[in-house]
Amino acid sequence: MKPVLRRLRAELFATPADAVLSTGLIAVLSLAAFGFLRWAFTQAQWAVIRVNSTLFAVGRYPVEEQWRLWLLLWLLFAATGLSWGVLRSHPRPDRSGVLWPRNDRIAATLLVVLGLWRPAAMGLSLSIQARWWGLVALLLLVRWLAGRFGPRFGPLGLRLVALMWPVLYLVGMVLISGGLGLVAVSPSEWGGLLLTLLASSFAILLCFPIGVLLALGRRSDLPLLRWGSVLYIEFIRGAPLITLLFLGQNILGFLLPGGLAPDRIWRAAWVLTFFAAAYLAEAVRSGLAAVPRGQLEAARSLGLSYPKALQHVVLPQALRVALPAMVGQFISLLQDTTLLSLIGLLELLGTARTVMANPAFLGKNAEVYLTLAVLFWCCCAALGLGSRALERRLDPHAVPSAT
Amino acid sequence: MSQPSSEVMIEARAVEKWYPNGFQALRGASLTVRRGEVVVIMGPSGSGKSTFIRTFNALEDFQKGSITVDGIVLSDDLRNIDAVRREVGMVFQQFNLFPHLSVLDNLTLAPVLVRKRPKAEVEKQAWALLERVGIAEQAGKYPGQLSGGQQQRVAIARALCMEPRILLFDEPTSALDPEMVREVLEVMQNLADDDITMVVVTHEVKFARHVAHRVVLMADGEVVEEAEPEVFFTNPSHERTRRFLNQIL
Repeated sequence: MKPVLRRLRAELFATPADAVLSTGLIAVLSLAAFGFLRWAFTQAQWAVIRVNSTLFAVGRYPVEEQWRLWLLLWLLFAATGLSWGVLRSHPRPDRSGVLWPRNDRIAATLLVVLGLWRPAAMGLSLSIQARWWGLVALLLLVRWLAGRFGPRFGPLGLRLVALMWPVLYLVGMVLISGGLGLVAVSPSEWGGLLLTLLASSFAILLCFPIGVLLALGRRSDLPLLRWGSVLYIEFIRGAPLITLLFLGQNILGFLLPGGLAPDRIWRAAWVLTFFAAAYLAEAVRSGLAAVPRGQLEAARSLGLSYPKALQHVVLPQALRVALPAMVGQFISLLQDTTLLSLIGLLELLGTARTVMANPAFLGKNAEVYLTLAVLFWCCCAALGLGSRALERRLDPHAVPSAT
Repeated sequence: MSQPSSEVMIEARAVEKWYPNGFQALRGASLTVRRGEVVVIMGPSGSGKSTFIRTFNALEDFQKGSITVDGIVLSDDLRNIDAVRREVGMVFQQFNLFPHLSVLDNLTLAPVLVRKRPKAEVEKQAWALLERVGIAEQAGKYPGQLSGGQQQRVAIARALCMEPRILLFDEPTSALDPEMVREVLEVMQNLADDDITMVVVTHEVKFARHVAHRVVLMADGEVVEEAEPEVFFTNPSHERTRRFLNQIL
């Protein structure tokens, strides 16, 4: 018998009870898979997604300004390729620096396949299909160049990459909202995946520093700071996000004079930020508690000031411990953005609801919801994979990988 | 063995310390340490010896008495505390290396951040120090990949990289497996020959006998006996010291 068969037999059919259970499970799973595939390929009518793909992607963003989003996409793909290549060409001092490890080769292949197949399957026009091919080609080209020539720039390369992302974020904000000579596009015209990603990235980026400060405040020796932090964290964690969102829409309007109150979308984004910060603070606090007292003492005895000791010794260790919990928070934050549809904003779910309300696409709920689920899953998987890679890179106990 | 000069490096007078729960850890402990001197502090556990040396670089505060380190009076003034910590290095029982930094970065972190010295210059010095404690070949590794003895030697090198005038050792070999104690003691002995001022809390009798200029016994938060090693181990003047020696020898 071949080894594969032998292993299958050992794992699935070791005893009669195992055999029955395995057969039953396999039967149920194949039935479900068969039913799903038959629906997806023969009954489902994907026209609802194909026709509305732009709506799902960017909402009612004016057509004549959409080149700005494409430009941003080009920049993002180039930046991704650059970071990927530079990180690979700067391994940690105790690691072997293989430029194209197996996982990277798999990822590259996957990118090519998706980039070639997906736009065609969506039935996009040839010019748009070509843009996606170009984007993937650009990413891989920059990845290759950065991996090949990255070592020449030394540690400067890593620092530039770290600096590039915040700059790119600001550039992206200008491209999306206008200003600096570009026509302004008001936030009420943003929508779909664009709005979802914008709101969640804004909240993730800002809730991080606020959460760290709250966690430090909660452990502070100053009573006012400590009790202030505790009160804030416990109040926010005790209230459902949806009430806070409604509260934010109403209260901010009353509190601030007309012109100063931010747009509805920004109000919601700020509420998301402050909400996530309270949860993040607890994740960071658990990380801080995991760093032994001796670390701070050693840093202080070497003459480091308290802020410097925090910055260089305590926080790097605490945040690494807290990383999985923090990313869990980010993932649920991303999913919480769907609540924005309940206060009338057209993010992914809101857009989906308007599409399904259109008489032309009546009864196509399954197709729409499935697409939404896949989109969210992709975003969350990207966050999760990124965090695991970061965790491994930062883990001083990880065995240096040979491949 | 080099002879200490008459210049006073640490002057602790009648130091008293209470913990917030009311426990009094130090009850008027006094000690004078001269430049280049190696002083070993012994004593039963709970006698306040660790607490005492931790007051010398302000890791512990105290409520009564006075401490002067290298001419700097320890007070609540934060600038004084930072100045003292730059002059005083410390080696801990649990090593307390920074696990997220490579061995080399453990050494260079403080000199670059605190003394603002150029990184390349500090790295050169760090390599020399690692050479001196015998682990230059581990410079790129992380602390978790080293044995306990190696980690403690890195910790000593890390303290030395700040070029302190005084080194405090808080039971540096107590957390080590027996076969690793010697490699650490040898490094410490080499340092003693280089006339750096050292205050060492330890239970290593052989080290105290052969390396120390003076041995001090602490009990119940006080300094009970101070004598040269020969006298301390063979003919102590206090009953408390005799009892302690009977227990450990």
